[in-house]
Amino acid sequence: MAEREAQEVEALRERLEREARAGGYHLNPDVEFTSALVEGLLTNQARYGYPSCPCRRAAGERAEDVDIICPCDYRDADLDEYGACYCALYVSRDVVDGKKEAGAIPERRPAKREDRPQFRGEAAPAGSGIKVWRCRVCGYLCAREEAPEVCPICKASRDRFEAFAWPPG
Amino acid sequence: MEHVDGTVDPGGVVLYALSTCVWCKKTRALLEELGVTYDYEYVDLASPARQSEIEGEVMARTGRASYPTICTPTDCVVGYRPDEIRLLLGL
Repeated sequence: MAEREAQEVEALRERLEREARAGGYHLNPDVEFTSALVEGLLTNQARYGYPSCPCRRAAGERAEDVDIICPCDYRDADLDEYGACYCALYVSRDVVDGKKEAGAIPERRPAKREDRPQFRGEAAPAGSGIKVWRCRVCGYLCAREEAPEVCPICKASRDRFEAFAWPPG
Repeated sequence: MEHVDGTVDPGGVVLYALSTCVWCKKTRALLEELGVTYDYEYVDLASPARQSEIEGEVMARTGRASYPTICTPTDCVVGYRPDEIRLLLGL
């Protein structure tokens, strides 16, 4: 890798790490591994005009690939279930602490184009059937399967969240 | 399709990978550590027509299209799963 590219990779890796920390997320602490992923993100940015997931084949059109632009639509569900996102750029606290290992995980992105979030259409209104969690400390609300590991606003831990609204049924 | 000569040839080993993917790199490193003779193709660097062709083939054989996918004439392993890959290759 050329010197300039190495600097670019390091600069982006540092920025992503800073942003992850600020939002209650963790970048994979394996710097060599993470740098290789960041290099892939820069390659895709140059190739497609957006940083799509280095571990997924991009179609090359933003509308097609919008769900796999990093951070992808599937990151948080994979963090909750497997302790890492699909490419393992983002990992859970347990992985950072060495209690769990990040490995190969199944692809959560629907194989069928029409099942992907950007093509689901009007049949089911966006957000229906999704739980809403409330941070008891600062009141932050988020609609997702599980409360986040850390509140991105006040940094309170997951166990400080309460159910705010449950989907009917 | 690129060819890598190793010391062991399980026969017809093909790796479909992405040039940007770290798990694909790890898979190649494993194959080279095992000294396997194999062919590989970087799907993201192929022509659009070839990409669709590979995608269709991988879908048909594994029910999904994700990479790395490593195949022998009889079976495939999806993802960097060293134990399953060794088993697939009989090593």
